[in-house]
Amino acid sequence: MNRVILDVRGLTTKYITRYRENVYAVDGVSLQIEEGKSLGIAGESGCGKSTLALSLMGYYFPPLHYTSGEIIIDGINISKMKPDDVRKSILGREIAYIPQSAMNALNPTQRIINFVEDVVQAHDSSVSKKAIYEKAKELFESLGLPAEVLHKYPVELSGGMKQRTVIAISVLLLPQVLIADEPSSALDVTSQKMVIKMLRNLMEIGYIKAMIFITHELPLLYNVTDDIMVMYAGQIVEKASAHDAVFDPLHPYSKGLMGSIIVPEEGLRSTKLTAIPGVPPNLKNPPSGCRFAERCKYAKPECTVTAIPLREIGNGRAYRCIFPEDELRRMYAKEAAQHA
Amino acid sequence: MLDERKPCLRGRGLTKVFGLGRSKTVAVDHVDFDFKEGEVISIVGESGSGKTTLAKMLLGLINPTEGEIYFQGKRRDISSNRKRKAYWKQIQAIFQDPFASYNIFNKIDSVLLDCINMIGGKRLPHEKKVEMMAEACGFVNLKYEELTNKYPFELSGGQQQRLMLARVFILKPKILVADEPTSMIDACSRATILDMLMQLRSEGGMTPIFITHDIGLAYYVSDTVYIMEKGRFVESGSADDVILKPQEPYTKRLISDVPKIYEEWDLSTV
Ligand SMILES: Nc1ncnc2c1ncn2[C@@H]1O[C@H](COP(=O)(O)OP(=O)(O)OP(=O)(O)O)[C@@H](O)[C@H]1O
Ligand SMILES: Nc1ncnc2c1ncn2[C@@H]1O[C@H](COP(=O)(O)OP(=O)(O)OP(=O)(O)O)[C@@H](O)[C@H]1O
Ligand SMILES: [Mg+2]
Ligand SMILES: [Mg+2]
Repeated sequence: MNRVILDVRGLTTKYITRYRENVYAVDGVSLQIEEGKSLGIAGESGCGKSTLALSLMGYYFPPLHYTSGEIIIDGINISKMKPDDVRKSILGREIAYIPQSAMNALNPTQRIINFVEDVVQAHDSSVSKKAIYEKAKELFESLGLPAEVLHKYPVELSGGMKQRTVIAISVLLLPQVLIADEPSSALDVTSQKMVIKMLRNLMEIGYIKAMIFITHELPLLYNVTDDIMVMYAGQIVEKASAHDAVFDPLHPYSKGLMGSIIVPEEGLRSTKLTAIPGVPPNLKNPPSGCRFAERCKYAKPECTVTAIPLREIGNGRAYRCIFPEDELRRMYAKEAAQHA
Repeated sequence: MLDERKPCLRGRGLTKVFGLGRSKTVAVDHVDFDFKEGEVISIVGESGSGKTTLAKMLLGLINPTEGEIYFQGKRRDISSNRKRKAYWKQIQAIFQDPFASYNIFNKIDSVLLDCINMIGGKRLPHEKKVEMMAEACGFVNLKYEELTNKYPFELSGGQQQRLMLARVFILKPKILVADEPTSMIDACSRATILDMLMQLRSEGGMTPIFITHDIGLAYYVSDTVYIMEKGRFVESGSADDVILKPQEPYTKRLISDVPKIYEEWDLSTV
């Protein structure tokens, strides 16, 4: 086994709302990423993907609160550190996060290079502007971004260019782990492809050692990450290799998600998309048994009695459902035969 | 067979130019099209190709610089307020950015009540109106009781998009222009929304026009696909022809840029 770069055990975090309600958006999440690997996180809107990303950085501010669990980045246990220390020595250096609408967060009145200077000097005020420029130029060029971009204002850049600039800036301090939250969802397909190529490039040249990629677009994850984790209502419901997650999903929810894939490939028009009926449960008060049971066509009364544990079934695969693996496969095969 | 269907919207030399002189942008450049009643149409192109501008002209929100639009066989006339209102009863839109589509001062109830008024239900008893609103919300998987008294901006992007569909459910327009209707929502709700749109189409005889950069979506839903590049239609035809046997390099590129699961996704092209 390779060196584990990110090791998360039983991480639970919650939002405390204005009305003092607890929203359990990340509930007992464990994950490991080895050096050189990438992990995709999928799941429908509101399942807690962005909250997990925020939580992984170990830097909490209201309304988000840490409850329990451990986060170990390259041997450093950051869950026990003081917020100030996390901000100074972890963010950007060990773990970097590109939030969901990062490209719109660039200051419109600042040239890119000034923003870069701010980022670097926030961590080390002794670095000269000249050194920063040289370093940024080298980084940008190695990632296929023209150095002229550094002299531009955000409005002068297209959406795709802005997003790639944000990604380049986020790896300036050579973090071990990069978390990219929907980095390409707002872009058209060509710009999206450029962003993906750049992220893959970052891994290949070793600027980052591990990556977490968040999106609800499964074909994208399939092409970008080694493994895929499916979240539902704050919990992991399935972990598998990208291939297995797409072609051999076990959890009925993951199975449902795979049914919503749209790709311009022959045969798509004759397959019917399978929408999952209903909506996810309210995280203020999630059901005590299986959280998906209410929407699951295979659910039986036992499903709703007690919390369902995540079952490890070897090869890094795991799923959270009371049905045994072979029974699930049998049910899916039977259904496929009926449709054919 | 398609050609026997009644004409719905027709465009001839439709053009929109923004700005003047050096800063001039030809957003839509002499496009021709014949949309038939009940046909599902997609207009596909990359960012900036002019899709939204064309949609706005179809909707009568902006005037063409040049060219003509024919509606149900006759030259479209929206020259007076009254005529424009009558036109809008027949054509409705769901927009790219749901946040921008609502008046922020109107609560959700009034968004839906407006629709009921538009179809002539102004004098209906209040209970009947509530019943209609609840039915429309139910159709799009929203709970009316939870929405009443809220403002649209208090909803998530996906919920807002569904609220727009609830409006469509009440208005039952002849034509629905859907500009990136699923860009803000996850793949799972996307399937739900497409299902709903297709149901509205088969029940209400609606002609949906999808505007998107997602060629997979276009392939899945449409009968006819128009490919737009720099304001012009460079290729059009049946979905199978255009997507499986593309002729233009631009179309080929759009297809190759979408991540696939059965075929290799070639990253070397960008
Ligand atoms: N500031 C907040 N206060 C209270 N609850 C919140 C807050 N932010 C998010 N939530 C809730 O936490 C849950 C998880 O939200 P999160 O943004 O992590 O979802 P997501 O999976 O990233 O969704 P999307 O795909 O839409 O980005 C949701 O139920 C959301 O309503
Ligand atoms: N009101 C306007 N004034 C000036 N230029 C405009 C205006 N609206 C659009 N444009 C320009 O017209 C061209 C086409 O824009 P349009 O919004 O129609 O593209 P689009 O295909 O919808 O793109 P996207 O996929 O990004 O939504 C662009 O170059 C745009 O900058
Ligand atoms: Mg999110
Ligand atoms: Mg547009």
